[in-house]
Amino acid sequence: MVDLIIDDKDVTVEVDTTILEAARSAGIDIPTLCYHERLSPIGSCRMCVVEIEGFPHPMTACTTPVTEGIKVTTNSERLVRMRKETLKLILVNHPLDCPVCDKGGECTLQDLVHDFELDSGGYQIEKVDWEPVYSTPLIRYWPDRCIMCLRCVTACREIKGLGAIDIGGSGFGARIAVVDKDKCESCGECINVCPTGALTENLSQLKGRPWMVERVMTTCTYCGCGCQLEINILDGKIIGITTKDDVGINKGSLCVKGRFGYEFIESEERLTRPLIKKDGKFHEASWNEALNLVAENFNTIKASHGADAIAGLSSARCTNEENYLMQKFMRAVIGTNNIDHCARL
Amino acid sequence: MAGLATAFGSGAMTNPINDVFKSEAILVTGSNTTENHPIFANYIKEAIFRKGAKLIVVDPRKIDLVDYASIWLRPKPGTDVVWINGLMHIIIKEGLHAKEYIEERTEGFEELKACVEKYTPEYVSGLTGIPISDLMNAAIAFGKAEPASIMYAMGITQHITGTDNVKSLANLAMLCGNIGVEGGGVNPLRGQNNVQGACDLGALPNVLTGYQQVTDDEVRKRFERSWEVEHLPEAPGITVTEMFNAAEEGKVKAMYIMGENPMLSDPDLNHIEKCINSLEFLVVQDIFLTETAKHADVVFPGVSFAEKEGTFTNSERKVQRVRKAIQLEGEAREDYWIISELSKRMGFQMDYDGPGEIMEEICKVTPSYRGITYERIEKEGIPWPCPDESHPGTPVLHVGQFARGKGQFSAIDYKEPAELPDDEYPFLLSTGRVLEHFHTGTMTREGRGLNMLYPELLAEINQEDASNLGIGNGDVVHVASRRGDIEVKTTISERPDKGVIFVPFHFKESPVNVLTINAIDPIAKIPEYKVCAVRVEKVV
Ligand code: SF4
Ligand code: SF4
Ligand code: SF4
Ligand code: SF4
Ligand code: FES
Repeated sequence: MVDLIIDDKDVTVEVDTTILEAARSAGIDIPTLCYHERLSPIGSCRMCVVEIEGFPHPMTACTTPVTEGIKVTTNSERLVRMRKETLKLILVNHPLDCPVCDKGGECTLQDLVHDFELDSGGYQIEKVDWEPVYSTPLIRYWPDRCIMCLRCVTACREIKGLGAIDIGGSGFGARIAVVDKDKCESCGECINVCPTGALTENLSQLKGRPWMVERVMTTCTYCGCGCQLEINILDGKIIGITTKDDVGINKGSLCVKGRFGYEFIESEERLTRPLIKKDGKFHEASWNEALNLVAENFNTIKASHGADAIAGLSSARCTNEENYLMQKFMRAVIGTNNIDHCARL
Repeated sequence: MAGLATAFGSGAMTNPINDVFKSEAILVTGSNTTENHPIFANYIKEAIFRKGAKLIVVDPRKIDLVDYASIWLRPKPGTDVVWINGLMHIIIKEGLHAKEYIEERTEGFEELKACVEKYTPEYVSGLTGIPISDLMNAAIAFGKAEPASIMYAMGITQHITGTDNVKSLANLAMLCGNIGVEGGGVNPLRGQNNVQGACDLGALPNVLTGYQQVTDDEVRKRFERSWEVEHLPEAPGITVTEMFNAAEEGKVKAMYIMGENPMLSDPDLNHIEKCINSLEFLVVQDIFLTETAKHADVVFPGVSFAEKEGTFTNSERKVQRVRKAIQLEGEAREDYWIISELSKRMGFQMDYDGPGEIMEEICKVTPSYRGITYERIEKEGIPWPCPDESHPGTPVLHVGQFARGKGQFSAIDYKEPAELPDDEYPFLLSTGRVLEHFHTGTMTREGRGLNMLYPELLAEINQEDASNLGIGNGDVVHVASRRGDIEVKTTISERPDKGVIFVPFHFKESPVNVLTINAIDPIAKIPEYKVCAVRVEKVV
C-alpha cells in the first residue's frame, strides 16, 4: 500500500494506482476528458493536470502513478488557468453547436465549457472541410466536433481487440481515420466511449434531444450474453439504443445486433390482427373469434384422439413467465407433456 | 445439456463469464464466440490482454478467435471425442491430472483411464488430422493451468454424438480439478437469449420447472395442488424432432407453436414441411408471418421484447428484467395474455394481473428460483439457484460438492458421424450463424441497418476447393445433399478447411436446412447440423 496526501486528505491506496484513481477513491473530483474507466490511461487531453509538491510542472493525474508520501493539489488558480487554456485550444477547432448536436445535454465537453465559464465568443473557429469518413455506415463521424481524445481508438483496440480505426494526419489536421473497414464490426463501442458528439448513431431518421428522450432499461433479445440496454424513445418511437457503463455484464458494450438491430420492432410487416385461414387464405379476425376457434379445435382433437395428439412448442425468444405459462397450459389444460422448444442449446 | 447433467447433476454454465479473468487457460471449442456471443468474446480477449490468460481454440474453422489464440487445433469435423480423449491421455501420462480432487470428488476415473489408454497422440493425430506436437502443447497448457475454463456452443452439441462430446468435455474439466472453482468450469454458451429460461421453466417434455422430473409422483402432486388440477400426465412427452415425425405418422394432430420458426431452423426442411402439412390443425403465435406461420390455420399476433414485461435468464443463469418500452398500434397482445385467454376458453381459469404475478407463482413451485423477485432484480440480475429471498444467488456451481454428489466420469469411445463425405457427396457441409444476423432472420432481416452490413447469404469455401471447382469470389454454386438442394453465392475464405463448405442458416431464400440431416443425438435430441455430406458445383 502507498500513503499520500491529496488536497490535505490522507489517502491510502494500492501500489500501481494512478493519482486520478486515488483521488476518486477519496471522493475528490478531478476534471477529465480522455480518461475512461475501462480503458488504459490515454493522457491526451491534459484536463486532469495536478500539482505535486517538489515538482516544477503539473502532471496528468490519469497517467501518473502514486508514490509514497507525495503531496498532491488538484485545484489551484494555476491549474484552473491551465485547464481553461486546454479547453480554449480545443474550442479553436470545435464549433459549439450544442443546440443542434446529438450530444447536447449529456456532453462532457459541453459540461466542462460550462463549468469553466467559457463560451465560444471571441474564439476564431478555423473552418476546415473535413471528409466525414468512417468505418461503418451505421455510425456518423463529425470531424469538426472531434477533440482527438482517442477514447474511440483505444476502445476499439482494447475492448474489441480490433483496431479498425486510428489517428490519421498530424497536429491540428489530425483526425480519426479508418485503418480497415473490414475489421469494423459496427459494435458502437466507439460511440459509447466518445465524450462528445463526434460519433453519432446513423440509423434512426429521428433525433431527439437527450432530455426529451425516454430510456427504458431492458435485456437484449438476441443472444445468451444477456446484455443490458436502454431503448430510447421519442414520442412513442424508438430512436436508438444506449447503454450504461455500470449496468450488466456488458458494462456499456454491445454488439451490432444489440445496438442496431432494433428496426424489426416497428416493422411494417408486424402482425397486428389475429388471422384465420379459410380456403387456403388468411382473413383477419377478432380475438374472440380466433381464440374460440382454437379452443374448440383443441377440445375436439383432445376428445377424439387424446391429449397426446396435441403438441406445443414454446420459445427461447419468449420470457420466463411466458414459457412457464405455455408449459402449464400444455400440461394442466391440454393434459400432455408434449412440450418443447426449438433451441436445445 | 443432457451430458452435463449426467456428469455434474446440472446442465447449465457452471461459471459466470467474468470468471475468465481468473483463468490461466481458456479452451474454446465449437463456439464462434466473436460472432455468436460477442460480449463474452470481449471478456475472453480482455482475459488474454490484461490477465495473460492462454487461449486454446479447437475448431475446424479458422474463426476470428484463432487470431488471439496461443494454440489452435483444427480437428476434422465430427472427431471431438477423439481429440478430447487424446488430451486426457497425454494429461494422465504426464501426471498433470488433479489426483486428490479426482479421489475426493469424482467417480469412474479408472474406467475413463482405461478408455483413453488407446488414444495415443499418434492414433488421435491420425483420426483428427491434428499434428502431434500441437496436441502435446495443448494438453500440457490445459493440464498445467490452475484453473482452466472450457467454453463450448453448438459446434459441440449439434452432432449425433453431441451428448458424448459434452460428457467428454466434462471429463476433461474434472480430470484437471476445474469444476467448482472460480475461473474454471464447463460453460455451454446459449445461442438464443432465453434458451436457459425456456429450459428452466419447464418447456421440455420430461421436466417441470427447475428440472423437476414429470415422472416423480411427489413433484407432480405438488404441482397438482398448486395448479389446482386433478391429474397431471406422468409419462414424459416427445421432443420437437419427434413431434414432427409423429405428425407425419398421424399421431400428433394439432400443434401450438409460440415464437418459433422450425420451417427455417430445423433440419431436413422438406421433411418438416411434409410433417406440418400432415397436421389437422396448426396454431402459430408470432410477431411476423414466418414461413411456419404461413402454414397455420390460426395465427395469433404476439409482441416483441420491447413491448412486454418479464424476465430472461442469460447463459450465466442470471435472471434479468425485460421491461416494456413502447406500445404499438394494432391488436397484437402479450403471449401471457393470449395463453390465459385461450386457457379460460378451455375451461381453466388463468387470472394474472401481469407477468409479476406469474413470477410469484414460478417462485412458489421452483426451488432454484424461489428467492428471485422483480424487486430484487430491479438493478442487477441474480443467478440461480437462489433458494430464498436472503440468498445472493450462485455464480459458481458445484463448489465443494457436485449437484449430484460426486462428479461422474464417463468412458466414451469415438463414433463416426451419421453421414460422411463419399464419392457422390464429397464435401462436408457445416451450418451456423454470422454476426449481423440472428437465427432464422425474422428480426435481423427487417430494417436497413444490419442488412447494409450483411445483405445476402454467402457460403464460405476455401481457396483450394474453389480453384478445383473453377469458382471465383461471388460465383453462385449449387449445393446438393441426399435430401435437397439450394443455390448460394460463395465467398472464398480462409476460414473453412479443405473439403468443407460453411453456410449460415438465416436466409429464407436459400434455406440451408433443406440439406441438413435429420439424424439426432439419441439423448439430447439435438440434430446433427454440423456434419453432413454434400456435392458442390458451379452454376453456369
Ligand atoms: S460535442 Fe458537446 S460541446 Fe460540442 S457541439 Fe456537441 S454538445 Fe456541444
Ligand atoms: S464500431 Fe466497433 S469495431 Fe467499428 S470502429 Fe467502432 S469500436 Fe471499432
Ligand atoms: S471521435 Fe470522440 S472519442 Fe474519438 S477522438 Fe474524437 S472525440 Fe474522442
Ligand atoms: S448485444 Fe449482442 S452480445 Fe449482447 S446480448 Fe445482444 S446480441 Fe448478445
Ligand atoms: S484525462 Fe488525463 S490526460 Fe486526459
